[in-house]
Amino acid sequence: MTMSSVGRPTQPQAAEGSAGHASLTGARALLQDEPLLFELGGWDKTGVDLPQAEFDASDLGDLVRAAPIGLPGLSEPETLRHYVRLSQKNHAIDLALYPLGSCTMKHNPRLNEKMARLPGFADLHPLAPAATAQGALALMDRLAHWLKTLTGMPAVAMSPKAGAHGELCGLLCIRAAHEAAGQGHRRRVLVPTSAHGTNPATAAFVGYSVQEIAQTTDGRVDLADLEAKLGPDVAAIMVTNPNTCGLFERDIVEIARVAHAHGAYFYCDGANFNAIVGRVRPGDLGVDAMHINLHKTFSTPHGGGGPGAGPVVLSDALAPFAPAPWVVHGSEGLSLAEHDTGFGRMTAFHGQMGMFVRAYAYMRSHGADGLRQVAEDAVLNANYIKARLSAAMTPAFPDGPCMHEALFDDSWLEGTGVTTLDFAKAMIDEGFHPMTMYFPLVVHGAMLIEPTETESRRELDRFCDALLALAQVAKAGDVQRFKGAPYLAPLRRLDETLAARKPKLAWRPEPTTVAPAPLAAE
Amino acid sequence: MRYLPLTASDRAQMLGVIGASSIDDLFVDVPKSARRAGLFDLPPHAGELEVERELGALAALNRPAGAGPFFCGAGAYRHHVPASVDHIIQRSEFLTSYTPYQPEIAQGTLQVLFEFQTQVAALTGLDVANASMYDGSTATAEAVMMAKRVTRREKAVLSGGLHPHYAAVTQTIAHAEGMTIERLAAAIDAEAAVIAAIDADTACVVVQTPNVFGVVTDVSAIAEAAHAAGALLIVVTTEAVSFGLLKSPGEMGADIAVAEGQSIGNALNFGGPYVGLFAAREKLVRQMPGRLCGETVDAEGRRGFVLTLSTREQHIRREKATSNICTNSGLCALAFTIHLSLLGEAGLRQLAAINHGKARALKTALEVIPGVEILTPRFFNEIAIRTPGSAAALVEAMLADGVVGGVPYSRLAPDAGLDDVLLLAVTETTTPEDIAALSAALTRRIGQ
Repeated sequence: MTMSSVGRPTQPQAAEGSAGHASLTGARALLQDEPLLFELGGWDKTGVDLPQAEFDASDLGDLVRAAPIGLPGLSEPETLRHYVRLSQKNHAIDLALYPLGSCTMKHNPRLNEKMARLPGFADLHPLAPAATAQGALALMDRLAHWLKTLTGMPAVAMSPKAGAHGELCGLLCIRAAHEAAGQGHRRRVLVPTSAHGTNPATAAFVGYSVQEIAQTTDGRVDLADLEAKLGPDVAAIMVTNPNTCGLFERDIVEIARVAHAHGAYFYCDGANFNAIVGRVRPGDLGVDAMHINLHKTFSTPHGGGGPGAGPVVLSDALAPFAPAPWVVHGSEGLSLAEHDTGFGRMTAFHGQMGMFVRAYAYMRSHGADGLRQVAEDAVLNANYIKARLSAAMTPAFPDGPCMHEALFDDSWLEGTGVTTLDFAKAMIDEGFHPMTMYFPLVVHGAMLIEPTETESRRELDRFCDALLALAQVAKAGDVQRFKGAPYLAPLRRLDETLAARKPKLAWRPEPTTVAPAPLAAE
Repeated sequence: MRYLPLTASDRAQMLGVIGASSIDDLFVDVPKSARRAGLFDLPPHAGELEVERELGALAALNRPAGAGPFFCGAGAYRHHVPASVDHIIQRSEFLTSYTPYQPEIAQGTLQVLFEFQTQVAALTGLDVANASMYDGSTATAEAVMMAKRVTRREKAVLSGGLHPHYAAVTQTIAHAEGMTIERLAAAIDAEAAVIAAIDADTACVVVQTPNVFGVVTDVSAIAEAAHAAGALLIVVTTEAVSFGLLKSPGEMGADIAVAEGQSIGNALNFGGPYVGLFAAREKLVRQMPGRLCGETVDAEGRRGFVLTLSTREQHIRREKATSNICTNSGLCALAFTIHLSLLGEAGLRQLAAINHGKARALKTALEVIPGVEILTPRFFNEIAIRTPGSAAALVEAMLADGVVGGVPYSRLAPDAGLDDVLLLAVTETTTPEDIAALSAALTRRIGQ
């Protein structure tokens, strides 16, 4: 053995029985076992230094809270430790490919974060006088111009806060337009079987009944079935394009035409706009309304589940029925029209301004040329994955190209004893986030892979190599590698049934725990 | 293009692997009529420096709240956020992760959501909270629709003290779902008026405290009246720091509490993104909208957290879901939770006390200004005053004095007939000099 002069070994020594080694503390080297905030004992701590105010709430009498709230506190170093330790238990796009189909997990440029934090945007009150917010209004106006240009649509409602909120906004515009035209009896919405769950949920939300449109064997809307189901009571069709099978609806123009011929509007779910941005304008396809997920196509961060942003572009027919507010050009500059609409309001203020800044910085960075390249590279990457993985896995629709995402079914796993879920969990051990699973519902054991344009060829190959290797061991009968997976993640598979049967949704002190001492406000 | 890793030779080789001769082959399913050959009529790509210049120039056209005396509130409040909050939320693992659908590699986000839910339940004095909504206004609309599901009744009564934009959002969304919304006329201090509007068809009453005029109300009697009629009480709060000083909605009998959480951890952001807080009594949990995070164990018996009760949600239930909501406000909820962890009970109470103290100082200053009538009898950190003329014109005039002197109520509700009402908010960021500047500006402009 090699040693330094003070006897410290300088080469690793072979250790016996190191496989399955468990630590004494529950930690795994860099990965700490971190308790809940409420278990860190900070009942009398604070991590802020506030001035000592003379406390006098005598004017509020018995409106003042008497009982303790039950909030622990931490000093700043403890706070950093706690949340940094937690952060290390998350997968992230900055760590590796995040191939969630229909989610568009692309790189989030940090310039956009910096821009959103400029005091002129971040420290601006929504009800500040218009004269003090001209730059913010100009930014909203420029972003609107880009969105309208890229979609070929004449109007955009900026305020919806997420994709589903945008869907709701679009359907409310459609409903208002029908009512204004004496067509309020139109209460049926047609939705393909492959649609996102939000589509039928939103339609039901506004009081519409939902009817499914069948799908052809090549993964597209069945035009004949659509025509058969259209009628004088149909308010709208809701179609995602490219659809959730990752395919462009070849008959989309005809779909729009027959819908219009029957007096229905065409709502397009814009979740998959990334595949066509800069190459195809939804306005040229006959779309009447489409939400744009700024957190997908225009790269505002997903943030562990939000905030999103879902502006809705509208056709001339629907534009008059959009919600407040609007940016208005006047003699004294820009202002907001906040009330003069019959529609009402989607949210208290003007939408996700912080996301508008990020999305606009993203668009300006890419420009017309870069955005077209975005769509092309996103589609190229998906087709490359489809081509490579087809060596071992079965594409759901092998004929012709896919768009920005590649869809596989589970027929290639038949007889292996491994399910789509097992396969996905084994991907975690290999360092990748699983793809979207069991969606769309029209494909058995679906695996929907969306790489986005921000993956290098090296990362794509690393991903494909890992999946092909896994496929090989699955077919070779190493079932346990999959059934027990993940083995190497911060936690093994979680018991979701237990969580739902006896929901525990908040921390409660154990009966043996000393209750937090009441604190005086002083 | 700095965000696109593929090189020209990568692209050519990859097309070879795919078996396509050009990128156009991959877009062959697009109808010919919709194919666009050239670039769109938009500027070309730009470097970081150019983008910073353009956006910096736009930002410079705005006057940040911190640039001088500033008194706007009415649903969004300028508080100091510790530097560490923004640092943590920019960590890649939080910023660039998706909804935690794979709990084995999302325990960071999930544990934070569990902590968030616990904090929100504690603040509101209720049993369970969800993992957040878009903002306070949409949370209010969701609460009203939840009351319909719980009671199977279709009428909601909105207090005249509810923020007019919250009322408008509720009307827009809940009305779409088939509910009847009875919105009482705006009144400074008349929350109890909702009692007279409760009948056998009433699903819920919605009362805000502190209300849009800043008035703090004990809603216990309203709770009793609502419950006696089989209706739910929904309590709305737009200034979350007030939870540190005032009796909680749960203590006063609320069945559902909703709030705008922006005040804790989040910047003003010109109106968004914000974070809606939503809490309810335990027995109502299965009718709650939005995501819920719950505790469970993994295959080795270790504690862990998952999204749960998803049978309420749209991706499972589709048209039978409790709501169409598909995201929460994850990163804003994280900021809220970190800031509240830093504050702790002692810090939040102290912060709330400071805010109230500033408002008392504001009141003292306003009382001596000729022509100003103080309308808010009991307040937290916001006070409504009556001015001799148009409050909007007054705000406009005070801008010339370098003072952003609050929100005219007419900005929120032009048709309410309250054009002379001005809403003035203060926080711990307000200095005695700011209040003196406001007093001087008000005195000068009212005198003109």
